[in-house]
Amino acid sequence: MRKSLIPLAIFLVLVGFLAVGLGLNPREVPSPLINRPAPAFSLPLLDAPEQKLSAQDLRGQVWILNVWASWCVACRIEHPLLVEFSKMGMVPLYGLNYKDKPEDATQWLKKFGDPYTRSLSDREGLVGIDFGVYGVPETFVIDKQGVIRFKQIGPVTPEVLRDEIIPLVRKLGA
Amino acid sequence: MIYELGHLALILALAMSLAQGVLPMIGAQTGNAAWMGLARPTARGQFVFVLIAYLCLTHAFVTNDFSVALAANHSNSTLPLHYRITAVWGNHEGSILLWSLILAGWTLAVSIFSRQLDDRMLARVLGVMGLISCGFILFTLFTSNPFERMFPPPADGQDLNPLLQDPGMVIHPPMLYMGYVGFVVAFAFAVAALISGQLDAAWARWSRPWTTAAWCFLTIGIALGSFWAYYELGWGGWWFWDPVENASFLPWLVGTALIHSLAVTEKRGGFKMWTALLAILTFSLSLLGTFIVRSGVLSSVHAFATDPTRGVFILGFLAVVIGGSLALFAWRAPQVGLGGSFEPVSRESMLLANNVLLLVAAAAVLLGTLYPLAVDALGVGKLSVGPPYFDTVFVPLMTPALFLMGIGPIARWRQARLPELAYRLRWAFGVAAVSALAAFLALGKWTPMIGLGLALAAWIASTVVLALVTRLQEHKSPDWRRRFAAQPGSFYGMLLAHLGVAVFIVGVTIVSGFESESDVRMEPGDTATVAGYQVRLDKIEDVTGPNYQASRATLSVIQDGKLVAIVRPDRRVYNVSRSPMTEVAIDRGLLRDVYIALGDPVSATAWSVRLHHKPFVNWIWIGCMLMALGGFLAVMDRRYRKLRVSEPVRPASAPPQADRALPIGGVVVARSGAGGTGR
Repeated sequence: MRKSLIPLAIFLVLVGFLAVGLGLNPREVPSPLINRPAPAFSLPLLDAPEQKLSAQDLRGQVWILNVWASWCVACRIEHPLLVEFSKMGMVPLYGLNYKDKPEDATQWLKKFGDPYTRSLSDREGLVGIDFGVYGVPETFVIDKQGVIRFKQIGPVTPEVLRDEIIPLVRKLGA
Repeated sequence: MIYELGHLALILALAMSLAQGVLPMIGAQTGNAAWMGLARPTARGQFVFVLIAYLCLTHAFVTNDFSVALAANHSNSTLPLHYRITAVWGNHEGSILLWSLILAGWTLAVSIFSRQLDDRMLARVLGVMGLISCGFILFTLFTSNPFERMFPPPADGQDLNPLLQDPGMVIHPPMLYMGYVGFVVAFAFAVAALISGQLDAAWARWSRPWTTAAWCFLTIGIALGSFWAYYELGWGGWWFWDPVENASFLPWLVGTALIHSLAVTEKRGGFKMWTALLAILTFSLSLLGTFIVRSGVLSSVHAFATDPTRGVFILGFLAVVIGGSLALFAWRAPQVGLGGSFEPVSRESMLLANNVLLLVAAAAVLLGTLYPLAVDALGVGKLSVGPPYFDTVFVPLMTPALFLMGIGPIARWRQARLPELAYRLRWAFGVAAVSALAAFLALGKWTPMIGLGLALAAWIASTVVLALVTRLQEHKSPDWRRRFAAQPGSFYGMLLAHLGVAVFIVGVTIVSGFESESDVRMEPGDTATVAGYQVRLDKIEDVTGPNYQASRATLSVIQDGKLVAIVRPDRRVYNVSRSPMTEVAIDRGLLRDVYIALGDPVSATAWSVRLHHKPFVNWIWIGCMLMALGGFLAVMDRRYRKLRVSEPVRPASAPPQADRALPIGGVVVARSGAGGTGR
């Protein structure tokens, strides 16, 4: 083999690794909360602050918790997808309105549509801390036993919804 | 409307770059002068359109037009104006547009300062640059459109990442990109020369100033990034072997090898293949760096975008550009020949050895950067390679390189005699040994690393002086001023850059050997001690900045009962992102920094405070600046400008210029002048 071909050969091997690497996710950090019971909470409803909802009330069903806020621009990206998804009526979708003013949040839902079965108001963000929220939006799938089975950091994309969330919800028997 | 115009301008720039990349290349191949002549106007047109696009985007940030999604996501109306301007590149799309703009800028510069190039060569050089530009504009338009709109626009923007709200960030990215992208010129010259088979001393002389200029910008860019990390991240470290830092360091290492290899090709006609390969590798590593940062294959504090389609695009582009140029190299290289021969002990051999060491060091860094990825790709697991690996491989590789760096400038071209070299270097040996010993006595602490570092720094500094003295002595003129004036700018530039390396090593050695820090709990009135300084917390107050709230501490730094400085570190919370940020306060000095970071409150009145004492830390960046300054001096060397038209008549008063390699019938002969660089 000609010596001058060596650099090209090395480069081709490198490209192979990089191509495989693209398919992997370096941020796929196994979340400590996966396969753990969802933290207990009891929060007022966004549209009826006098009423409270707790984690206990949601036992016995598969449900999704979506952390959102009216100040969050990235939430707008996933929002139409959530609205579509909620129309399928597959699984109850609960919103955790994170560090937000209720009037802003209500206004926002009016403007962009409300996909949520109910929205919980977490004004101080304390429940968000229990859930280990890095940033808004985040989405959790919780099973009948109240165990977190999946977590998405950042906006839900059509691919994640199609390939991860929907199959998982089916498997869990919603 | 204005943003749609910006988008249109970018599309027009794409058309221009395509014309610039294709037509002159065909013209050069077929000998069509009209098509070759298109290289200059299309290059300039491309620059104008990219500039328009860039200014349109800046307009959105400056006028707080949050209907542009990029501005909405990365700016805010309360952000000060200068940060709104820099916020343009504080995100993926904008920084890729800046990349394209700087590439277009370098292309413009080549189109202007290229009168000494023949038309065919220029057509090919600008053609290659046009193709690269085409790829980047395509990337911008298809995967990272900065002009995307958002309806309805949000009331206010999401604000710029507070870490980037800092003067260091105003100049770091453009400088870094100037360097990264600047290596495209050397790359384009090498590819053009490989196509034409014209790998000669003239090619090296054309490439040299461009390559050195890019190298200087990259040096400054890396130094600024390190300086920024030092005071902005609040950890007191200055280099973290983060994948993105490595991505900028790799082209620097290989680029350093390249500028030295170019020197041999220009002066002696040697290393032709090697130089061409290095030129390809340097720019390839710049592209690879862009890939690493932009594709998200590696997680890093810097990676703001992780989008697989972007990664696929850049990887495809990388494969075409690097794969294509390496294939061209594989095809052409055997026909080029070896150039001037040299003996095992000569300046060439020293430079070659140093080149190999630099390249091996780059390979080691590349391996450490990509190894986690490879392990992940093979499905073996996830791991990270940290500073221990890099420190372990880097120091043993750099030690011989730094040693040879001292000998290289003193050794003669082609053949040097070892005994004579050793005799001439005896003073430098002595100085190095004595300074390692003196350091032990003066500093009161000695480890092999400290001794080695200081000995190497002293070795380099003394060989720099020796090289200067030798050159001055060899000059025949009785007048010393004339002897000084007779040396070319590039020689002084080399000395200054090498001296910069010595200063840098002193900084690194002393700060890593002697720094001290302490984390303390302080209430107003308390005093803590670090490395002989008493630090008294005077008060903590709340302050309101333009877009943040902060707790600001006032501390007095006292040494031997005398007040040295009053410093005010902040603990800030930015209004929009709500992210807490430490704004450290530093009392700077040539010999030491006292570095104070305010931590979190531990009780109603007490705060955690971190105190660092960093001896000689500023020498690290002073050294980098000397290197860059030396590089710029070399770029200014008269001989790059003189050869433009024809050789001007030498004024009678000026002594003969340093030897100049003349291509004669394809063979390069060095003409030796008194005291010339070729000695």
